[in-house]
Formats: sequence, structure tokens, C-alpha cells
Amino acid sequence: MPKTPVDQIVAGPIEPGVKKKNPILVVDGVRRTFGGLTAVNVDHVEIPAGAVTALIGPNGAGKTTFFNLLTGFDKPNEGSWNFKGENLAGVPAFKVARRGMVRTFQLTKALSLMKVIDNMLLGATKQPGENMFRALFPFTWKQREADVEERAQSLLARFKLDAKKDDYAGSLSGGQRKLLEMARALMSDPDLVMLDEPMAGVNPALTQSLLHHILDLKEQGMTVLFVEHDMHVVQEIADWVIVMAEGKVVAEGPPSTVMSDPAVIDAYLGAHHDTDLGTISGQLEVAEEMESDLIRHEVEEEAAHDGK
Amino acid sequence: MDFNFIWLSLGEIASPTTAAYALATIGLVVHFGFTGLLNFGQAGFMAVGGYAFAIATLKFDAPLPMAVLATILASALFALILGIPTLRLRADYLSIVTIAASEIIRLSVKTSELTDITGGATGLNGAAKTFNAINPFPKGNYGFGVLTYTADQLWVRVVGWTLVALACLVVFLLVRSPWGRVVKGIREDEDAVRSLGKNVFSYKMQALIFGGVLGGLAGMLFILPRSLQPDNYGTQLTFFLYTIMLLGGATTVFGPVIGSMIFWVTLSLSDGLLALGINSGILPITSVQQGPVRFIIVGVALALLVVFRPQGILGNKKEVFFSA
Repeated sequence: MPKTPVDQIVAGPIEPGVKKKNPILVVDGVRRTFGGLTAVNVDHVEIPAGAVTALIGPNGAGKTTFFNLLTGFDKPNEGSWNFKGENLAGVPAFKVARRGMVRTFQLTKALSLMKVIDNMLLGATKQPGENMFRALFPFTWKQREADVEERAQSLLARFKLDAKKDDYAGSLSGGQRKLLEMARALMSDPDLVMLDEPMAGVNPALTQSLLHHILDLKEQGMTVLFVEHDMHVVQEIADWVIVMAEGKVVAEGPPSTVMSDPAVIDAYLGAHHDTDLGTISGQLEVAEEMESDLIRHEVEEEAAHDGK
Repeated sequence: MDFNFIWLSLGEIASPTTAAYALATIGLVVHFGFTGLLNFGQAGFMAVGGYAFAIATLKFDAPLPMAVLATILASALFALILGIPTLRLRADYLSIVTIAASEIIRLSVKTSELTDITGGATGLNGAAKTFNAINPFPKGNYGFGVLTYTADQLWVRVVGWTLVALACLVVFLLVRSPWGRVVKGIREDEDAVRSLGKNVFSYKMQALIFGGVLGGLAGMLFILPRSLQPDNYGTQLTFFLYTIMLLGGATTVFGPVIGSMIFWVTLSLSDGLLALGINSGILPITSVQQGPVRFIIVGVALALLVVFRPQGILGNKKEVFFSA
């Protein structure tokens, strides 16, 4: 899946809050405070439709709070946001999901005491059997059940979980739970998928396959917004990057240029984000930069010790 | 020696009280086992149901169907009142509110100002009159030996167990339906279910009302063979129901039935055995201590069960395995 060119995304000069040609989500003046702390204070931001957008920023920048606000899991003090042209402010979380904006959680929420297949079926929409009275008459919902089960099977096969279909979700490994949560969110055929740190705690091989799944979503016409700390991942799959710090959007842009933005380096990456701190030369470079004789001395001593 | 107590204990298997406890516990299983609602006030639901039935019958001369309707509506209303403020909050708030509310009910109906309606501390007598009036069994004795019942005693047993069977059937159908899947999801993690587009509050309310109505009907069943005594609805009743639920299996449909039978047979059998031991001088306790000692036995049995078979008699071992 090729990256979406920048000129197809933006409709103006690249800067925080830039207008997009085809935004699926438009956020205006959303502010959330916890006592004296302003966790989120976003003036204006637009999420481009049909693209993969990464939301990055230091811990405590308000990324997850921002996610919670947009999906109705938390209420802002003020502000409004539109999804596909419809106002979403004040809409409860379950209705947000029904309108086509689903999310996953930073701490995976697999429903442990339910089978993998039941986890999947729960993600389906328009199941009449979820009405208490119709539930008593299986003939009213059996047909829909068969349809969604078929969809669940094919999604499980895509995420290589089909062998685990009848296992309890609690028996899955951490990485498999991430896959299950993502597959479950896709059961409702959403327009916008919001992934909160999908790669956290996942091994490199599985990260590769998760990346493919995310690009798959884009190929199928879905919009993806994800929070991630791994810059390699962001470089590889994101068409657009939004950088948050202290609750504000401090930078926006395509991944290739946003990483060299001084505001991003100051707030998030740090001056030595490309230096490998696992090597002596890398540590020396940092020590020189910091003009600290103490650290330099320590590193040299350690190198001499290793050399013996 | 008199070994009749063995037969009497076995008679507990089919007694209307066992049926009433089973029915109330089925309600509790809907709350706690399937939806994860920590309801510590099932005794309150039974009290509301029992009083609604007795007051409608005795004070308003309501015909039986109206009295049953009053029972259902009153317990549904009680669930609604408890649920609206608490179901949006964390699970523990519901448990605090339900245990308090059930005590409020018990202490309120006892106040002397309400004696005209609720009978005060003495309770109400004869609520079964409309129920026994439609007894289809001809007068006479049924059964054998010490297990001989009058027509009215047989009638309440038949109706009681029919109600239990119906409740089991409805719960069985519900938990195997997509509705059951949603409430089990809520038990596991309600935010995850919310993120999948389900109205969690509404489902929790439906489950609370449904289980509460079962509790109310159990309260009605409980007073059919006896008078209505406010002190029967203390917190210990709720904890007996929890004992029965854990005994049978908290996430099973038929566990409450088995659990209730074992609970009552054990109580009755140990009572008989203790009496035997005391009368023959084997046991160094008095007959006054006999009653409390039975509950010690039940308590020890429950502790052993939780250690060695945490899923209950009918439960699924795997479900306990992954709950940690």
C-alpha cells in the first residue's frame, strides 16, 4: 500500500491545525481540565479521511485523554467535534461506536471468560437477538447470527486466530489479545478505527504483522488514527503525523518532515533520538553534547574496563 | 430411635421454601453470575415482592392475577429506583446501595405507624387465601409416611416448582442468546462492550429488573405456606442465597436449584443428626446450641467448597482458571 501523497491530504500550508482536503473528523476548541491541570487543549485539528494518521507525543501529552474525549468515554469542559459532518459532542460512547468510529484501548480489554468467537460476535451490529424479548425466540435472530459468524470467521482467519476460535480469550497471549481486540473492533465495519498504542508490548515479528493489518484497513477504505511511540513504525505506515505536547497540537506534517521539526525534537524526540545509546560511541556523543566531564569520564572508564 | 428426620430432610428437596430460595437465587445468578452486578439486597427484592402480594391480597382484596402483577411491578420499580443512580457508577456502589435499601425496606415495614398496612413487627397473615381458593386438587392427603401433604401443601409445591422450571427455561434461553453474550461481556469489561456500540446502562438495568422480579416472585412464593414476617428478610437471607449460588455454581442456570436443595437438606439433616447426638448424650452441646451449630456446618462446607471446587457443583472449571 503506497503512502498517500501530502498534496492529496492538505489544503493549505503545513502547520498545526492545517485544513485537510477531505477530513473525516474535525475538532474545534476541545479542552479538558482535571482540577488545575489542563490535560487537553486542542484549538483545531482535522483527521484526513482514508489515510493513516499517527498521534505522537511524550507521556502525559494528553493523547489517551484526547482519544477518550473524541469517543465519548470522557466529557470535555468545552469544545465540539464533527465526524462525517455530524456533531459528536455530548454523544454517549456506544452511539459514537454505532456511527462508525470504534476504538481499542491502551490496556487491552479482551473479555477473558468468553470464547474468542463470542468476543468477535459481540462486535457485530444490528443483531436483533440483543433485544431481551427477541432473545427468547431464536428464530428471530438465528439468520443474522449465522451471517455475523461467517464474518467473524473470515476476520479471525485474516488475523490468524481461527485456530483459537473456541478458546477462552483469557488463554491468549498478550499479542494475540491485541489482534483479537483489533479484529473485534472491525466486526462493525467502521469508518474510523482509533488504535491506542497497538504495538505496545508486542514482539517485533508480530509488530510487522500488525503493521500489515493496519495498512490493510487503509486499503479497504477505512481511516486509521493511532497512538504510537515507536518512530520506526510511524515512519513506515503513517501518511500524516500529529504531535501533541502538554495537551496541545504542536506540530503536524508528513512523517519525513515532522521528525525534523524543532518543536517535535524539543518536546518529544530529544536531540539524540537517532543515536544508539547501546554503544560506547553513542554514549560519548551524548556526553560531549551535554558537556559533562563526569559522564564522559564514566563512559571512558567503562570502555577501558571492557577492553581488558 | 426416631429416624423420621431422614425422610423429613429428603422432603426438603421439594419444599416450597427450597423452591423460593432457588427462584431468588436464579435472580441473583442473573445479577451476579451473568451480568456482574454485585447485588447484596436480594432479600429486599423478596421483601418487596412478598409485601406487595400480601398487601394487595389482604388490604385491597385484589384477585390473584392482580396481586401477582403487583408483585412484579413493585419489584421492577424497586430495581429501577436502585439502578438509576448506581448503575452508571462502579460495581461496588450498587452493592452498598442494595444492602442498605433492603435494610431500609425491612425496618420501614416494621414501624408501628405502618401497622395498618404492613402489620408492623408482627407481619401479615393469610396472604395465601386467593391462591388456595383456586387449588384444583381435591381435599385429602397425598404422599406417604411423614411425607404426607394436604391438598394446599401439594398445590403450593406444584406451583412453586413450575415457577422455578419456567425461570430456569427463560434464563437458559437468555444466556444462550446474543442478549446473554452482551451481559456476559459487561461482566468482563463494560468499557470494552461500550466501545462496541452497546448501551451498557440499558442492559444492566434490564438484568437488574429481571433478576429483581425473580426475587420478588420468590418472595411471594416464600409467604404462600407461611405468614409474612419482616425479620425473615434480614441480610442473612441474602447471604444464604449467595451460599446457594456459590454451592451450585455462580454462572450456571440449574446450579441454584441443586444448591438450594443441598442447602436445605443439609440444614435439615444436620439438625436431625445433632438432635440425635444430643439426645443420646454423644455430643457435648445443648439443644439450644443445636440451631447455630447447623450454620457452622454449612459455613465450613462452603469454605471447603470455595477452596476445592471454586466453580461450584455445576460450574465450569475453566471459567475460574482464567478469572485471575
